Amino acid sequence: MSGNKLSLQQKRSLLGIAFIAPWLLGFIFLFATPLIKSIQFSFSKLTVDPTGFTLDGVGWANFNNALFVDATFNRVLTESVWDMVLNVPMILFFSLFSATLLNQKFRGRIIARAIFFLPVILASNAISAAEASGLINLVGDATAVNEMGQSGSQYNVMSMVMILSDIGLPLSFVDYIVDAILRIYEIITSSGVQILIFLAALQSVPGAMYEVAKIEGATAYESFWKITFPLVSPLILTNVIYTIIDSFSGSAVTQMIFTTAFTTQNFGLSAAMSWIYTLIISIILVIVGYVLSKRVHYN
Amino acid sequence: MQYQQAVRKEAKHYRVQKIRGKAADVLYALFRYALVIGISFIIIYPLLMKFSIAFKDKADIYNPTIYMIPVHFTMDNIRMAMQILDYFPLLGNTLLFVVVTTVLTTASCALAGYGFARFNFPGSNILFALVILTLLVPTSTLMVPMYLHFRSFDILGIIHLLTGKSGLNLLNTYWPSIITSATAIGLKAGLFIYIFRQFFKGMPKEIEEAALIDGAGGIKTFLRIMLPNAVSPMITVILFCFVWQYNDTFFTSLFMSELALMPTKVSSLAAQANALIPGMLGVGGGAGVKADPNHVAMIIDTGILLAIIPLILLYMVVQRYFVESVERSGIIG
Repeated sequence: MSGNKLSLQQKRSLLGIAFIAPWLLGFIFLFATPLIKSIQFSFSKLTVDPTGFTLDGVGWANFNNALFVDATFNRVLTESVWDMVLNVPMILFFSLFSATLLNQKFRGRIIARAIFFLPVILASNAISAAEASGLINLVGDATAVNEMGQSGSQYNVMSMVMILSDIGLPLSFVDYIVDAILRIYEIITSSGVQILIFLAALQSVPGAMYEVAKIEGATAYESFWKITFPLVSPLILTNVIYTIIDSFSGSAVTQMIFTTAFTTQNFGLSAAMSWIYTLIISIILVIVGYVLSKRVHYN
Repeated sequence: MQYQQAVRKEAKHYRVQKIRGKAADVLYALFRYALVIGISFIIIYPLLMKFSIAFKDKADIYNPTIYMIPVHFTMDNIRMAMQILDYFPLLGNTLLFVVVTTVLTTASCALAGYGFARFNFPGSNILFALVILTLLVPTSTLMVPMYLHFRSFDILGIIHLLTGKSGLNLLNTYWPSIITSATAIGLKAGLFIYIFRQFFKGMPKEIEEAALIDGAGGIKTFLRIMLPNAVSPMITVILFCFVWQYNDTFFTSLFMSELALMPTKVSSLAAQANALIPGMLGVGGGAGVKADPNHVAMIIDTGILLAIIPLILLYMVVQRYFVESVERSGIIG
């Protein structure tokens, strides 16, 4: 009897492995192998020849070059990381805000949702690269184009800074907010997936909880902070991690790693750069994950 | 008497409260509409602008009184952009490529997601952690080894053994993307596996057990019972996969830079337009002849519009199911 059971279990195991077999093959040959190779590359000088490539070990020279010799890598790296640090809270705040907005019942909600998810469809490096030379962004000599540019930002930024600092907010915070407002398009377009994730989380909050809260006399404000926020908080961690990963998929560092490899043909240096980058991002992810998971409410 | 007065007072108080509450509701609704419409406008504005530019005559960009609706309505921009992009062959090519990779990715990710959700084999948790790892490692880290790998593609030296050559050069063919999507390791495949796993985990176990008792094997259960129920994660994954594949510049420029695919063409649109427009206008293509930058910009905007129109059409069709699938919380299960 027990032998029979074991064989059934083994059968199930085998079936399970069969299901993940395509992924497993891909992982071994197209992920793990390149990953190990890339470590190897970062410690060697790689020369490509018509049939394959040759490796000469150089020790830590590539890392040394990337960090201390190369003039721009450090700057580009810190800039990308700093951009990410600034962007993540804004995207997070905006996406949670939009998701709560879209989760409420109002007429035209379906259309609003369709529009809010549109950036997921349209976000593309190719398009943004081409767009940089398009008419909408071309503030040229034509008056029409100038006017188009002006109609986009008709309020005076300076006056806003004055008002906010007169209220008594610290100047760095004011800077941050103004910066956020000026980049609102960028923030909106990069928070489509995050809105989606938050919205899905909000849908799974049981409606009865809000009813109870309402009967007990809680205001909408209170029920947001006491019910919605704790229940959505595990997804904040997911979203932070997603946003961090997403923000470096098209960043300047990635671009630089690409050109180092394929334009200047310095494959070893490129591999070293990408490993430094990977390490920094892993450290950030570990810290963020640790800090947030302590505050997250799991039910 | 006193009692009645108290009741009346109470009723009045109640009515005032109700009116106040209603006013607050109306104000809030107005505020919400202002916000939603404002944000929607910011999202749609560039799209509207592109539509407007696509039908504008060259003369109209110098006319400051025109905001959105062109005076000299023309199809010239669209015609020129189509010619520069070689639009219909390009679109056909790209769509075929994207559809094939999307189907393969969805299939392999659904299989893997189901395998991880429902089977306990030794090391399954560690393997799933590795799925997450594939999401976390930046693609740029794998770039060079992958490039070299596909330049002389070989599995365990089989091709070397058979032909004596050092592998096949798969660069500038569709194979790199087809292979990576069939093995669930392509563009954001980790995320798709995660979505499927969460969904299958949430399905009641009893359905499967019933199927098992009725004599259906594991694969049959998956195809007949689990997949037909997995419509909502399926739509999410297919839409994401299609769109990201269609827009992807990273892998296409790495592996298939010489093939005519939409992302590579669009990113080189500016250079192409600058070079080709004078000739198309019949000015001649000498070194001294330069295209009007505003005109070039117009054509670029039109080209971008042409590139994203298939996506917008697709989104219009599936948008309803997509939003509904979010409603049924397909993402987190």
